[in-house]
Amino acid sequence: MDENDARDVAQAQAGDEASFRRLVDRHSRGVFQLAFRLTGSEPDADDVVQEAFLKAYRELKRFESRSSFRTWVHRITVNCAYDLLRQRPRHRGESLDVDPSGGQGGGIEPEAEATAWPDRLAFGAEIQSRVRAALDLLTPTERTAFVLRHFEGRSLGEIGKALGLRTGATKHSIFRAVQKMRRALAPIVGQSAENTGRGLRQLQM
Amino acid sequence: MNHPTEEELVLYHYGDAGDGTGTAAIDEHLRACQACQAGLDEVRRTLAAVDQLPVPDRGDHYGAEVWARIQPGFARHSPTWRERLFPTLTPQRLAWIGAAAALFFAAFVAGSRVPWQRFGVAPAPPVAQTPAAASQPTAADRERVQANVLLMAVGDHLERSQVTLSELVNTPGGPEVDISDEQQRARDLVSENRLYRQTALRTGEPAVASVLDDLERVLVEVANGPSTMNEAEFDQVRKRIDQQGIIFKVRVFGERVREAESRPIVRAGIRG
Ligand SMILES: [Zn+2]
Repeated sequence: MDENDARDVAQAQAGDEASFRRLVDRHSRGVFQLAFRLTGSEPDADDVVQEAFLKAYRELKRFESRSSFRTWVHRITVNCAYDLLRQRPRHRGESLDVDPSGGQGGGIEPEAEATAWPDRLAFGAEIQSRVRAALDLLTPTERTAFVLRHFEGRSLGEIGKALGLRTGATKHSIFRAVQKMRRALAPIVGQSAENTGRGLRQLQM
Repeated sequence: MNHPTEEELVLYHYGDAGDGTGTAAIDEHLRACQACQAGLDEVRRTLAAVDQLPVPDRGDHYGAEVWARIQPGFARHSPTWRERLFPTLTPQRLAWIGAAAALFFAAFVAGSRVPWQRFGVAPAPPVAQTPAAASQPTAADRERVQANVLLMAVGDHLERSQVTLSELVNTPGGPEVDISDEQQRARDLVSENRLYRQTALRTGEPAVASVLDDLERVLVEVANGPSTMNEAEFDQVRKRIDQQGIIFKVRVFGERVREAESRPIVRAGIRG
């Protein structure tokens, strides 16, 4: 474990709030990043960050320095976010399956194609809004498993432990996540588009 | 080998295609099969698109913001706080809670609006509303005060329940785990909870009743279970509580009650 973390954890365990504050300072941005990827929502991610650190504070006595503080607080974050995802109604992005070309949130006018290549920024925004909608199609388990494997590089064993799944079910959750996103994003990435223009025409069909 | 399945290709991408032979066989197949190679490419383009999703950067001051929001919660573990929130459940106190619930019920029967709607817990009730009290501002004011008393009581109840369950699941493990303290509190909370739940049911508030019902089931389980257990047994209890997401549910619900409590309209009722 990082030396500073180790020292601050030890002092915080002895009751020193200032040491815990330093841990918050050092790790909150990373925890937010993870929480945002898991929840896809800034306010939800903020809530998860708070809850995770509060929980970390309360459970600090149980923390043993076998793992790093970062790993430990990330694990707590995953639990908090997973709980939140399961409580949250799933409502966004449902139309993607039905209408892959539906213009939700992309903001690219049909006539733009005829006149000029749209700028890359607009295309980027379109991709982002579709990725967001695609992620919203995932179940809490699929989303969490995918984020842990793809962004956090966790092993199947670690993910299974965090979600209470056997290895086979963990593998399947990751696969289902990728499969759903692949279908939802097919209009953009389905063909080997050498340039953004061809990809864009796919979008507007 | 046959064409790998879509699942095998995805797992292959992450290096999870199984033992070495699985990976090697797919390697070899991909070199020979354009279709599968194209499939894998598409998976990778999909994931590359996912990587484009930006994550907002909270900036250098984020740690300070988080700290400011969580630090007040730390004090909750001081004994004074515990004394404040966990007075012994005397018969007087129980009677008072009962009275608050009764007032609340009476206000509803009198034909005024139930306060739950103000914080969006329940959908708007069906047409059978009698707007009798609407023309009498004093009655409406009184009702607001009564409603506020109940909201405060329910808010306290939810907070105590949340804290009790949080402390329970955070009890340090060991060969023998003692939860007798939390258990005693759970017993007290069960009686309170029953009153509120019944009031919610009588006043036709299924959403409120349902949260309280979930809470009650967990509280009863804790209250009636053993007060000491081994680590594995305790782990089971903790898992059951975690799985039901009850702590989170109670927290969110309690926050909404608190919000409703602090709205000016309710305060105006107290002053009037
Ligand atoms: Zn093939």
